[in-house]
Amino acid sequence: MKQRFFEHIGTFVKYQNLLQELVIRDIKVRYRKSVLGLLWTVLNPLLMMIVITIVFSTLFKQSIPNFPIYFLTGSLIFSFNSEATTNALYSIIGNAPLIKKVYIPKYLFPLSKTVSSLVNMGFSLIAMFMVMIVTKAPFYSTIMLLPIPIAYVFIFSTGMGLTLSAVTVFFRDIAHFYGVFILAWTYFTPIFYPVSILPETALGVMKLNPMYHYINYFRDLILYGRFPGLKENFLCAVISLISLTIGITVFYRKQDKFVLFI
Amino acid sequence: MSKMVEVDNVSMMFNLHSERIDNIKEYIIRLLKKELFFKEFWALRNISFQIDKGDSLGIIGLNGSGKSTLLKVVAGILKPTLGEVVSHGNVAPLIELGAGFDADLSARENIFLNGAILGYSREYMEEKFEEIVSFAELEEFIDVPIKNYSSGMTARLGFAIATMNVPDILIVDEVLSVGDHKFQEKSFARMKTILDSGTTLLFVSHSIEQVKKMCNKALWLENGQMKMFGDTNIVCDAYSNH
Repeated sequence: MKQRFFEHIGTFVKYQNLLQELVIRDIKVRYRKSVLGLLWTVLNPLLMMIVITIVFSTLFKQSIPNFPIYFLTGSLIFSFNSEATTNALYSIIGNAPLIKKVYIPKYLFPLSKTVSSLVNMGFSLIAMFMVMIVTKAPFYSTIMLLPIPIAYVFIFSTGMGLTLSAVTVFFRDIAHFYGVFILAWTYFTPIFYPVSILPETALGVMKLNPMYHYINYFRDLILYGRFPGLKENFLCAVISLISLTIGITVFYRKQDKFVLFI
Repeated sequence: MSKMVEVDNVSMMFNLHSERIDNIKEYIIRLLKKELFFKEFWALRNISFQIDKGDSLGIIGLNGSGKSTLLKVVAGILKPTLGEVVSHGNVAPLIELGAGFDADLSARENIFLNGAILGYSREYMEEKFEEIVSFAELEEFIDVPIKNYSSGMTARLGFAIATMNVPDILIVDEVLSVGDHKFQEKSFARMKTILDSGTTLLFVSHSIEQVKKMCNKALWLENGQMKMFGDTNIVCDAYSNH
């Protein structure tokens, strides 16, 4: 058991370079042939924010003081997860030619997608800071703690990505369904509306939405300058670890069969 | 002599039906009809052999006799249904040249990506970069995306990357017939140097001539079973007279 563990660590170190190369490839290929290139990672959330602000800010003016930041904090975290998981979903079937020809630890494919989404998220944070400066929003010291919720979401997305990439190999239906699922999830997460507009019962259900907790955490740090209590931290950590455990278990059990189905 | 590859009673089963079941509707229908795990196909049955350091093994047999499946099992791409494969040392698979190239990236970028796939560090690849480019004869086209390459150019690049290092175990599936006549000679010479430095080779080919030239041992597969294993000349002659 112990020996197996060290073997895993060994291969992880050996293939760390591949993880890096895969992430670089992802980012390079995405912006190839676009004039503005990497600038799009900053521009994209900015433009989205402008559109959503124009559409919704009058609607929720009373309850949300700084709407652009409120929206950006929510959408940054949410799109980090949705982008990471959607890309991870296709990562195994998309790399079929490679998996059939060379031995590579297969978890690298979904993991590389989560990591490149993380890099993207980093660039998008720049957009958010720019908007904060323009709207003269206060910078609280709690902003230093941003890596904590990002780490929670990263672990959560990695777990989900592993599960989705493995299951999609056997049931391609998931790929078609997941887009709809993400859309429903977007509306069921307080990204551009305040939680206060929800009726009591919906709020109870909302507590089951992991994204709700992560986004609240993120907003607490940026918008309200407060550090969420231990209970909230514990909850976020547990959700992330459950997702990761499921992901690793499903992936590990199924990975030897991938090559027969892709 | 130390053992390099030990193949112990390996069998590989494919489920012929499962190939096509990749949506839930189909799955449920098959489940109800109870034909989900029905049609079994054994591509390999009870294969056992060992090869020592410095040996080169040629695998011969008709189409569909399980040669490529055996190579993939040894390379770790397929996990055997039964039995076990133990390899001592790093394995370089040359099963398809240029597997893992990204068509949108340039040759320069692909060299680093492919090197990483084979498990080499970036520094090591930088060291070997010039050597790869000059061997593949692609100096002029190094910053052109691979999608604009001819198939010969891609294969040359793939071969150059895969053979720049001397691996402990090299697995080759009929890829030596790449490029023009000149490049073929060059790649044969490269293979010889690698073999002379003590690499263990597993080699699949339909050409008995090539097997006789490159290998000292041969394995004859027929319908997934071992028909004969031993000295190249004896096995090859038996196969030709068959």
